[in-house]
Amino acid sequence: MTTAPHSHSPNGHRTSSDFDTTESLARETTEGTVYNVTGGDWDEIAASAAKSDDERIIVNMGPQHPSTHGVLRLILEIDGETVTEARCGIGYLHTGIEKNLEYRTWTQGTTFVTRMDYLTPFFNETAYCLAVEKLLGITDDIPDRASVVRVMLMELNRLSSHLVCIATGGMELGATTIMIYGFRDRELILDIYELITGLRMNHAYIRPGGLAQDLPPGAVDQVRAFVKKMRKNLPEYDKLATGNPVFKGRMEGIGYLDLAGCMATGATGPIVRSAGLPHDLRKTQPYCGYEDYEFDIPTADTCDAYGRFLIRLEEMRQSLRIIEQCLDRLEPGPVMVADKKIAWPAQLALGPDGLGNSLDHIKKIMGTSMEALIHHFKLVTEGFRVPPGQAYAAVESPKGELGVHAVSDGGTRPYRVHFRDPSFTNLQAMAAMCEGGQVADVIVAVASIDPVMGGVDR
Amino acid sequence: MSEQKNPERPDDEPRGDNANGEAVPTQRDDTGEVIATRRGMFGADNGGDTSGYGGLVRTVRLPGATSRPYGGPGAREAYGDFDEIADELEGALDEQGLVPENVIPKTVVDRGELTFHIEREYLPAVARILRDDPALRFELCTGVSGVHFPGDKGRELHAVYHLRSITHNRLIRLEVSAPDADPHIPSLVAVYPTNDWHERETYDFFGLVFDGHPALTRIMMPDDWQGFPQRKDYPLGGIPVEYKGAQIPAPDQRRSYS
Amino acid sequence: MGLEEKLPSGFLLTTVEQAAGWVRKSSVFPATFGLACCAIEMMTTGAGRYDLARFGMEVFRGSPRQADLMIVAGRVSQKMAPVLRQVYDQMPNPKWVISMGVCASSGGMFNNYAIVQGVDHIVPVDIYLPGCPPRPEMLMDAILKLHDKIQHTKLGVNQQQAAREAEEAALKALPLIEMKGLLR
Repeated sequence: MTTAPHSHSPNGHRTSSDFDTTESLARETTEGTVYNVTGGDWDEIAASAAKSDDERIIVNMGPQHPSTHGVLRLILEIDGETVTEARCGIGYLHTGIEKNLEYRTWTQGTTFVTRMDYLTPFFNETAYCLAVEKLLGITDDIPDRASVVRVMLMELNRLSSHLVCIATGGMELGATTIMIYGFRDRELILDIYELITGLRMNHAYIRPGGLAQDLPPGAVDQVRAFVKKMRKNLPEYDKLATGNPVFKGRMEGIGYLDLAGCMATGATGPIVRSAGLPHDLRKTQPYCGYEDYEFDIPTADTCDAYGRFLIRLEEMRQSLRIIEQCLDRLEPGPVMVADKKIAWPAQLALGPDGLGNSLDHIKKIMGTSMEALIHHFKLVTEGFRVPPGQAYAAVESPKGELGVHAVSDGGTRPYRVHFRDPSFTNLQAMAAMCEGGQVADVIVAVASIDPVMGGVDR
Repeated sequence: MSEQKNPERPDDEPRGDNANGEAVPTQRDDTGEVIATRRGMFGADNGGDTSGYGGLVRTVRLPGATSRPYGGPGAREAYGDFDEIADELEGALDEQGLVPENVIPKTVVDRGELTFHIEREYLPAVARILRDDPALRFELCTGVSGVHFPGDKGRELHAVYHLRSITHNRLIRLEVSAPDADPHIPSLVAVYPTNDWHERETYDFFGLVFDGHPALTRIMMPDDWQGFPQRKDYPLGGIPVEYKGAQIPAPDQRRSYS
Repeated sequence: MGLEEKLPSGFLLTTVEQAAGWVRKSSVFPATFGLACCAIEMMTTGAGRYDLARFGMEVFRGSPRQADLMIVAGRVSQKMAPVLRQVYDQMPNPKWVISMGVCASSGGMFNNYAIVQGVDHIVPVDIYLPGCPPRPEMLMDAILKLHDKIQHTKLGVNQQQAAREAEEAALKALPLIEMKGLLR
């Protein structure tokens, strides 16, 4: 320890010489004495780093990092500022949902799958229900109203998912205003979800055979009002970001993945569309009656993050178009298949203690029909049996092809359900997009993939 | 019950799915493949079944092989898209000097989906043909899904691939099986790089070893995890849930319908 | 506030505990520990409509070393558990933990091989917040309850006394399975 030349500084505070530092250098300036405190083992580390010519180091980003989109772990080998090798570590949110499904009935399955990719719950539910319906052989029996509501909810969901993608992506670039805007508009959609399903997230509203219940009164008006409002709000993203030179500078040419790369890595959704291929399952393999709606598939030929951003913006506009068409096509009618062996017998109603079965139904099963009571009990506790076999159903989720491979052994519970989640597959393209670029661009590339770890790890 | 009596169906045939009435596809004939035998009604094997159905024995049958013509989606005539795919594939196999019957022992058309069961050693060759042949062009592989049939002796582990052709707008399924004692399947990463993580995931959950995979390590579970959690012989691993004065066992420990 | 106008000579008497509690609760820095669905609701709480800034908490810190509250938002997998503990250990004292959502609190519906059945197996939890996911209002309620707890934290000898009492009470408490009555 070296002693300082002055025992006290002019303003009477204690000086650093009173503290035990390994080394402190005092320097007289016009402002008074300035002490440079160094020491500890950092000197050694800094010296050895300066001595070795090799600037390559391995940086571990995550799994708890604010800009890796959840619990994603990126292992980057960097040479100065350049990423020479990039790898992902995933599995930090592995939930075992596919295993859990095997111990619940087919209907209860929707409750689990909705929590997989938590930003696209309606897509998970629809894909799962389409697979179960294919196994049951009732695909053509789904009532029109149920299909229209499914499409409407999915398109609302596409909006809310893209909004979160743009919002968090913007936040990771430092554009916090976009984040505030995105979450503001997402709240409007969540209000609609809450009105229709009762929940803001994790709805389990779409069930094998149709929907859990009909639209509540006022839902159509609220959706209409939302579409009107959203049409006004969407151009704000254009104003904020599309022409913004800083935003463009960060996004253009970053996360480059051409069509061959997309095909090899299996990337779908906005990534493959940003490479110029208008591949969209809603057009090529329509489900839920998508062939009857008018909408366009936006593409870009830039293969980069900016192109994907523009595609997401345009898809939101197209989704609004589809939602409007849905509202016009809504006809009164059933929302569940007529088969009483699959459809739960009662409409839900709001009782004095929250949700319950409708009073009429309770009157019937408790007063007049013992068989109806037994049937209700059996159907809810045991569930329906699904003929043995396997089926694959795919929907175009906001992130790409969401496929469900469901296997039944003829029991009341799924034998095996596997989700081919687009986030999981698309995230493989991260290495191809990031290697050779800058560290800061890794964030942009990952944000443009829009992986949701709940979907990646399931 | 709205059960329709099917005159062609022998009375002694087990009917596992008749609870659904006529809405289900008609029951397959005896050619369906038995993959398991199920006893009792509630899946209880410790004497807990008091329903009177404890002695019930039923077989579980998956759809069996289909014979030509296969038809196809929207096919007006008997000959459809699926026949075209099968013809092209068999022709291409012939050109490579392979016998189609050895490579594809079984073809199943069920619920409008075409499934080729492939002998595992020929899988990479078949996948390469399916990807490269201009008449087939299945460019996109949507990954592999493992299925474990512990009752299906000799081919317990199945790997299921779905291939999508963007050019021709088609979807097919490849199914490969391996016995538990020798859980090896050739890797498809060289043909479809997208299968990299999918194969690691299937290895992680089912213990299927994909030979030729560049780095077959665990992907979801921690590296030091023991066992393969999504196999049927691996327990769910839940713990009993305690309430005030009551305890509810984990879902796999409860009595349930099978 | 106008209070200082009425003070006789600019003095206000309080206890050190109260003053420290007030200072601590008024600016809690949460660490971003978003895991799953709950993390989205946590972000929503920080965004415009719910505005966590009203409680002096809008500064979500990326580094645990600058944070004193960990909101465990979502299911904790066996693979994530060591990471979570490390992040907790990196936070400076005093620190608090909110277990947000049923998955973090008890494993919730995912009673299986992959999920830790309650984050209290790994870190001490101050507030359990049920819901799947909890609404932003519920999170704010949990945060306000935590503020209340921080405000009334004991210091020094009193803290040791409180810890002793809590331990004695815990040792005497009936196991859950032996309790009777309603689920309260």
